[in-house]
Amino acid sequence: MPGTATLVLLETTTSNLRSASQPAISAARKLAQANGGSVVGIVIGSGIGAAAQDAARYVDKVLCCDSPALAAALAETWAPVLVAAVKQTGAAALVASATSTGKDVLPRAAGLLGAGMASEIVAVMGAKSFRRPTYAGNALTDVEVLTPVAVATVRQTEFPPAAPAASAGTVEAFAPGPTDALGAEFVALHASASARPDLTEAKVVVAGGRGLKDAQNFKVLEELTDLLGGALGASRAACDAGMVPNDLQVGQTGKVVAPELYFAVGISGAIQHLAGMKSSKVIVAINKDPEAPIFQVADYGLCATWESTVPPLIAQIKAVKATG
Amino acid sequence: MKILVPCKRVPNPDLKLKVANGSVDLAGTTWQVNPFDEYAVEAALRLTEKGKGGERVGEVVVVSIGPKDTSAQLKQLLAMGANRAILVAGDDSALDSDLVARILRAVVAAEKPDLVITGKQAVDGDDNQVGQILAASLGWPQATFLASILLAADGKSATVTREVDAGVEERRVRLPAIMTVDLRIIGKKAVRNEALAPATAEWEDTQRLASLKGIMAAKKKELREITVESLGVAGGILVKTLRHEAPPARKAGVKVASVEELVAKLHNEAKVI
Ligand SMILES: Cc1cc2nc3c(=O)[nH]c(=O)nc-3n(C[C@H](O)[C@H](O)[C@H](O)COP(=O)(O)OP(=O)(O)OC[C@H]3O[C@@H](n4cnc5c(N)ncnc54)[C@H](O)[C@@H]3O)c2cc1C
Repeated sequence: MPGTATLVLLETTTSNLRSASQPAISAARKLAQANGGSVVGIVIGSGIGAAAQDAARYVDKVLCCDSPALAAALAETWAPVLVAAVKQTGAAALVASATSTGKDVLPRAAGLLGAGMASEIVAVMGAKSFRRPTYAGNALTDVEVLTPVAVATVRQTEFPPAAPAASAGTVEAFAPGPTDALGAEFVALHASASARPDLTEAKVVVAGGRGLKDAQNFKVLEELTDLLGGALGASRAACDAGMVPNDLQVGQTGKVVAPELYFAVGISGAIQHLAGMKSSKVIVAINKDPEAPIFQVADYGLCATWESTVPPLIAQIKAVKATG
Repeated sequence: MKILVPCKRVPNPDLKLKVANGSVDLAGTTWQVNPFDEYAVEAALRLTEKGKGGERVGEVVVVSIGPKDTSAQLKQLLAMGANRAILVAGDDSALDSDLVARILRAVVAAEKPDLVITGKQAVDGDDNQVGQILAASLGWPQATFLASILLAADGKSATVTREVDAGVEERRVRLPAIMTVDLRIIGKKAVRNEALAPATAEWEDTQRLASLKGIMAAKKKELREITVESLGVAGGILVKTLRHEAPPARKAGVKVASVEELVAKLHNEAKVI
């Protein structure tokens, strides 16, 4: 008989909860209301004692599964830990943010549990029902999970970052079972170094597309980005052309962003791109083609080349900032 | 090397989606292979190519679950170069990711492939679950969201790169395994079988089209139609679709005539700078 706890996978560094997991905590709290139970976090990794303490500020209890064999986020070893934790806590729901780790690990856990899963939910409609975007965001679909345990990944932009709870939760060690990676092995992470805020969390995103023509031209967008303290983004075409690293791709199959201010520069506005930025508060489009679909979603459209508009835009924003 | 490539047909994503009365109306759409699955077929074909003799070494089997006319999409994949196709009769409205994975598991049990490659998600449901559930149910390792695959010369393992939030992650995985592919898998040098293709081998920077010769050859290739019952798969879905609705439309924006006007609007009206 499944109980009513809600289990949330919390991603961490060795010392901290990752901010990417905060929206999952907000979703877990909603589910806990529907389930009438507590929110139990689980942290998995190696040498993560301090991170477990940090995570405990947000939830009723943290299960800390700390083992050298779990250092890399391999679905093969992490999913069985989640399954064991669901069973031990009697949880009625298992959630995580729809990060690349969440999207890799949670469906495997759902498969092992024989549980139904809803991907990238944007709303909790009830203990077992969820709303999620489908067809590249051209439909919102309500689904109901029919199994005793519901599994879901959470679209980060649609749930607010969680605030710490009134009192911190407890931390309990959680023993991993056998950790067989089935021959899967982490080799290396080639991280794209950037001093800018995370694309998915930035208040301002400046994105460039094929219209920028080459990598060199992104310099001027970077200047605008840094002036606004934002993150740089791109269309698939710009990534494919090697103008910027692939992890800057915004869209259905890239990152989903919803900043206060989104600049689409030299981006046509294909539905796959719109799927990743349509929820932005204010959208500015700069494109030389008056027929470009991006203008249909832009709050402010400037039909001109970026060459003739971005440099004066930078100068004038500087002027506005100087006078306040 | 025998590679199984599960493929889904999806409605043309470039056509405007009709959402009304709680459902999606696909009556007037055209159907196509899910782009990520087409990329998976391209990746699978490359793993059998560019050996010394020039002929294909290994077999690529495509499988789809869908209504009878999904045979059109399977024929296209045969024309691209896949060796054989299997069509399991089924209808999207009665399927979910779990049931699809269970059907595929039965196909894997019958076909015994060395490797399963599929798209990371279907662009209609956008679930991104089937590969992972299938891997779980088979007890196989999984390598998801792949940007490259280098199959070891002994055919027993592969080194892959994955597109992750922080950049590019490199992993090694033992075969048999489930791989799901991302967009960049069709890059010129993204996929190679060390047993066949030299390090210098290159493909076109895209998935291949069916050639006229391919289309002729496809006519003679096997396209076997089977049922879910014949695979011994029973049981229902775990996730029920209740309703669809159109997302809220963004309110119409304005065109600005100059940079001055844009900056003024952003400062005074939107108050974002
Ligand atoms: C399965 C699949 C998944 C996909 N996923 C994504 C995704 O996640 N994200 C994504 O972005 N795309 C995705 N795409 C690709 C998408 O369909 C488009 O091809 C892509 O978004 C186009 O990028 P773009 O707008 O930069 O290029 P284009 O469509 O070529 O547009 C370039 C624009 O630049 C303008 N321009 C040219 N020169 C100038 C200038 N000097 N000044 C100002 N404007 C100029 C042009 O008018 C044009 O509108 C996906 C496609 C598929 C098939």
